[in-house]
Amino acid sequence: MIEISEAAIDTAALQRSLENPAAGGYCAFEGRVRNENEGHAVVRLEYEACEPLAIAEGEKVIAEAQAEFPFLDARCVHRVGMLEIGECAVWIGVASAHRDEAFRACRYIIDQIKVRLPIWKKEHYADGNSGWVGCERCAQHGIAD
Amino acid sequence: MKTVTVRYFAMFREHAGVGEETLRLAAETARDVFEATRDRHGSTELNGHCKVAINDRMADWDSPVSDGDTVLLFPPVAGG
Repeated sequence: MIEISEAAIDTAALQRSLENPAAGGYCAFEGRVRNENEGHAVVRLEYEACEPLAIAEGEKVIAEAQAEFPFLDARCVHRVGMLEIGECAVWIGVASAHRDEAFRACRYIIDQIKVRLPIWKKEHYADGNSGWVGCERCAQHGIAD
Repeated sequence: MKTVTVRYFAMFREHAGVGEETLRLAAETARDVFEATRDRHGSTELNGHCKVAINDRMADWDSPVSDGDTVLLFPPVAGG
């Protein structure tokens, strides 16, 4: 299951929610707010989502991972709102019988989430400027679809 | 003419200056709706990474738009 959260992600509680006596493997990925991007000092990130569609697409991604790398359980939480450096922006956890499925499913889910879910991030820079990641240059080039 | 509610996200929302507005348009497709909003608000260009949804379902730029639809305009995504 996936959720979009305005509140800080409680990674310890999420980890506990995936405890399972049949799970010999558990793998989690935590995406955190980094203090620079492409040479610019970043002071915070702002995330925005279209929640119903992000959840629908996220559930699809998790189902695909389940079909490809059968696991026991998987959970994902993505933050929205203003996040400070070091805060957890996205968390994914997978519990499986053996480690391989947990590693692979976790990797698949984060990779797909980044490119498919309707979620956007705006970088706020130390110099006071800001910009939407992936948008500003596309808009300048304006390649017609 | 059709009455279409347009919802803007991220950069599109900032360009439009509103998150949502209801417009009377002579639009046949989602692309027509986008073009009309661009004429209305300026700068934003459509590119291969922009996506569209109609009534909370992902759609194509050539998808038909009906009277009363809500069209969601998505700039290139960047989650994680």
